[in-house]
Order: sequence, then structure tokens, then C-alpha cells
Amino acid sequence: MGQTRPRTLFDKIWDSHVVERLPDGTCLLYIDRHLVHEVTSPQAFEGLRMAGRRVRRPEATFAVADHNVPTSDRRAGIKEPESRIQVETLERNVAEFGVRYFPLLDHRQGIVHIVGPEQGISQPGMTIVCGDSHTSTHGALGALAFGIGTSEVEHVLATQTLLQKPAKNMLVRVDGALPFGCTAKDIILAIIGRIGTAGGTGHVIEYAGEAIRALDMAGRMTVCNMSIEAGARAGLIAPDETTFAYIEGRPYAPKGEAWERALAWWRTLPSDPGAAYDSTVVIDAAAIVPLVTWGTSPEDVVPVTGVVPDPADEPTEARRAAKRRMLEYMGLTPGQRMQDLAVDVVFIGSCTNGRIEDIRAAAAVAKGRKVAPGVRAMVVPGSGLVKEAAEAEGLDRVLIEAGFEWREAGCSMCLGMNPDQLKPGQRCASTSNRNFEGRQGPGGRTHLMSPAMAAAAAVTGRLADVRDLAR
Amino acid sequence: MQPFTTLTGIAAPLPLPNVDTDKIIPARFLKTILRTGLGRNLFDTLRYHPDGTERADFVLNREPYRHAEILIAGPNFGCGSSREHAPWALLDFGIRCVIAPDFADIFFNNCFKNGILPIRLPQEVCDALAADAALGANARLTVDLERQVIVRPNGEEIRFEVDPFRRHCLLNGLDDIGQTLAHAPAIDAFEARRRAELPWL
Repeated sequence: MGQTRPRTLFDKIWDSHVVERLPDGTCLLYIDRHLVHEVTSPQAFEGLRMAGRRVRRPEATFAVADHNVPTSDRRAGIKEPESRIQVETLERNVAEFGVRYFPLLDHRQGIVHIVGPEQGISQPGMTIVCGDSHTSTHGALGALAFGIGTSEVEHVLATQTLLQKPAKNMLVRVDGALPFGCTAKDIILAIIGRIGTAGGTGHVIEYAGEAIRALDMAGRMTVCNMSIEAGARAGLIAPDETTFAYIEGRPYAPKGEAWERALAWWRTLPSDPGAAYDSTVVIDAAAIVPLVTWGTSPEDVVPVTGVVPDPADEPTEARRAAKRRMLEYMGLTPGQRMQDLAVDVVFIGSCTNGRIEDIRAAAAVAKGRKVAPGVRAMVVPGSGLVKEAAEAEGLDRVLIEAGFEWREAGCSMCLGMNPDQLKPGQRCASTSNRNFEGRQGPGGRTHLMSPAMAAAAAVTGRLADVRDLAR
Repeated sequence: MQPFTTLTGIAAPLPLPNVDTDKIIPARFLKTILRTGLGRNLFDTLRYHPDGTERADFVLNREPYRHAEILIAGPNFGCGSSREHAPWALLDFGIRCVIAPDFADIFFNNCFKNGILPIRLPQEVCDALAADAALGANARLTVDLERQVIVRPNGEEIRFEVDPFRRHCLLNGLDDIGQTLAHAPAIDAFEARRRAELPWL
């Protein structure tokens, strides 16, 4: 063993999951856990049914409805017929194929990427897939986790494997300590702003460095979650004592002797000293400030204290044209101060920032303040269990008293496919992950930021520097 | 899956950078349990006004591009969501080949699963092909997967690269799952070994 070349965390997970290697380098890769939701699975189950195939490992497959479910009271069921059909189809499929399912009225229901770690389903060293690009979230636990299309969902259901070529290794090292008022969200926005939305294409990003080590698991999940916004299918953080403490005791985590064996194996996973990366990016945490996006790509990042950039500063005409289109869509002019932008809606939630730590951060800003007149502010817990935890801490009272809506778990306004949507022209301070045109509803204008910053926008009625609100 | 061998057709230029899969097919159209019928809403916000009428300036609303089978796209095409509804929408519209400087990884994979050939070529080559495409009805390109060349209207041939395994699957219209199930004994053996070594998995 001592003779092998030093390997990265990614290399180790990859190597240990190769079932077979085809002549052109394509690998048949074993998949340990498969998470399934209502939007990208119906055609996959239908494919199995048509071919007379079964789910190879139902016990390794977990399903939950999250994307199109309403976040209002759900005891009366789903009103919208197409969404109801999708959820009913999922329920029929999990029953027919014997897959574990967290039903809509179960307190474990929530956003699939909140549920996986919360239930202890996601563990270090695993391969985890889901028909959703934010599967990269689970990389925070030291698992190789990535999003797949519906054909691949069907492939995993039928074979528990995928045909894949190995990705390249990218190291993003965030040195030093994060300044006051900055969060994991600011780290990942800073990274995407630096390397661009295609900067990680073809790579798996391993996040390392003092500022990453110092993050709690919620923060690490926020960082890994948005790897896909930098073009990387997966993000990874080496498992450590923070990781192990998070997993221990969760429902699907190993117990007793198995826990000890798992722990011993997990400790071998971090990248070896001297392991080679195809590219390395170094970020100085001390230089990070609270960030917001101004445009319609997650790479369009500026300090909240900054101004709307001028397309004329772009190097090519294609880029200038793209930025002009963004300004028109976003209703902005170059040089405008970000802090002068009034918001109509504030959305706190999503697989990026829908955990209890995120709700605590929002409540800390909201406490003793009021949502500005004319602003609709909503907080959507990432799961029923997050909601219960927040209520046990009284955070729901703090938020409701400040004028926030306190809703049921789901993807909500992160993507415009359930009743929570922006109206055309509405400007939203959002803790979600994508500011694409129409993402939160046709014509909606999204500014991405941290939960504390979104709460600051809610109580001031405009994009605001959370550091100015700190007591 | 329909095999992809040689395609001769109209190419439409769409040189925007970072066209995400929400732009290809917005989330509100994903509430379907079918793979078909999405072509109508392909590029919905680029293609239609909010009242549902067509935007006259959008390329796919103009002749001959209403019949386009090839798309000449900009960098980082297909970024964002993993939704396979994006290639389904392209296919349902009639597009079987997308040529761009680069693609987002998940979209790139999803294309091959649906008989769509995505081709990466340098920006300047894409620019030349987009200029060809701008010639309208005279701009028929031929994409020959067997020989791995694109034939321009002037007869010039442009070589492209494609993974040998994916090329094989496209040329023969092969179902991935059927092929993988031929490796079932290897998967069985792998699972047996892991059950012994890492039983909690």
C-alpha cells in the first residue's frame, strides 16, 4: 500500500467504486445511495415498467417529494392538478418498486438535499446520486455526490451503477478566517465570482483550507451545494471530527461496531499529502465581504457595498451584449449602488440555505425588527424536522412577530414550479442558488445572498449590508 | 433510442453564452410524467411574449430555422439544472445536434442518452459555423458521426472528437441499461465484496 501514488479524496472514492473499466476509460461506477424526487423520476420508473425491470437495491434508494409541493397547509392535499399527478405518480412508483418514501405529511419530508444528511443517509466515502444538480450538497460529508438526468436515474434504479468517465481534480483552498458578517454563502459566491460559472466544468472541486475547516456542517453544505453553479458536478470536503459528530446517532447512520469500523475507514479518506490536482485556486478569506449577485448568472457577484458594473468593461462584444441583456432584464443601470435597490420579496430557504443554522441567522437579524412596509418576506424550512427544531427554539415566533411568513418545507421559491413564485418585475433578495432569468417565476429578478443578508433586506426594504445592522 | 449516423439539415445560430436549462425549458413546464410534448415550450421566454405570441426576432421563429435540426450555440450551453427535459425539449422540436465551444457536464451527458449529438469545437470554428447558419436555407450542414466530420455548405470538412463508447452507442442506438446488465456478474461480485468489507453500506 505504501507504494501507491498519493491520491486525492476524489481519487479514493472513485477507485473504490469502479466495477469495471471499459477500453476507452469509461467506468462502470457503483452507486451507494440514490435519492429520488417527483419531478425527474416518473419517466425513469415508467422505463423500468416498460422493460419489465425491477429496482436493483430498493434499500439503497430513498424518495421524497419536494420540488412542486405547496408550502402552505398541505392537509387538504395538492390543489394544482399536474403537481398532484406527479406526487401521486411518485407514491405509486415507490409502492410498486418497494422504495423507501418520506410522505408529504411526515415530519421527515423536506428538500431531498436537506433530508439525506439529516437522516444520516449521506455518509463519507459513498457515491450518492439524484436527478437534481444540487446533489453536490452531500459532498460536504465527504461523499462523491452528483446530479444526473432521468435516463441515468433509470440506469441507477435498474443496475445500481452509472457509466462515467473520471473527472479532473480541482483544489479550492480558502485560507485564513472569515471576517465578521460573512458566511459560507459569501465564500461560495466569492469562489464562483472568481472562477466563473464554467470554471469547474469537467472537475470535482475539493474545498480545503482554514476557513472551510472552521465551517459547521450547514456551512459546508452551502458551499458544496453551489459547486454546480461553478460548473463542477460535485464538490467535496474531507471528513473530519465535525463531520463525524454530525453523523453520529442519525437514523440511517451506522451504529455500534459498524460505527467504529465506518469511522476507521472514513479517517483514511482525506487526500494524501502530495496528492496532485489538475488545478488549484487560492482564496483569502480575510478579503471576503458580504456579497450579492446583480445579474442573471451566479458569477455576477459584487460586494453589497458596490455598484452595478458597466458592460463596456467586458472584453468581448459577445460578453458586452450578454451583460446589457442582463441589465435590461434586471432593471438596472451601470453605476447604480446595490444598496439603493428596493426589494419586493425576500426568500429564505432552499437546499442552499434552508437548515436550522440558516434560520437562526435570519432570526438573529429579524429579532426586534419589522419587515419593511410593502415587502413580502418568507421563511421556508428545508424539512419538517428543521421546522420543528426552529419552533422548539422559538425562532418561528421571532420571525412571525417581525412580519415574516413561516411556511411548510419544500423547494418553494427557489424554482418557479410550485405556487411560490415571483411576479414579473418583482425584485427578490433570495438565499437560493440560481439567479437565472425566470428561475423564481417569469420576469422575476433575483439577487442571491446569505440568510443574514436576506433578513437585512427584509427589514430595511432594500439590499443592505448586514454589518450595519449588527448590534 | 433512435440511432444517429449522418444528419443533413438546417442549422440555427444561437450564440448566447451560458444558456441554462431553465432557459431551454422553464421549470413550470416540468410537471409532466412524459418525455414528449416539450418542444412547444423550448426556449419559452426567448421565443414567446408573456401573452404567448411569438417574438419575431427569435431565431427559431424565423424561416427556415423553424425547421432547424442543428443548433450552433454559445459557451457553457446547458448549465444549471440537471433536467433531462432540456434535451427532450430540443429533440421534440427536432434538434438532433448541438455545436458549441463547451457544454455543462450534466446536459452534455443527457444529450447522448437521447440520441442528440453534442459537439465541442473551438469558439472561432463555432463562429464560422454560425456565419454559415446565418445564410438561411442555403446553410445546410452535414454532421457525419461515422467519419466524425461536419461538412460546411462550401464543402469544407471540420473534424470533431467524440468518446468512442458514446459514438458507438449513438451510431447503433444502443440502450445503456441493456449493455450494463450484460455486466451483471461483475456488479454481483462487487456488491458481495463490499458487503463483506463495508457491511453497513
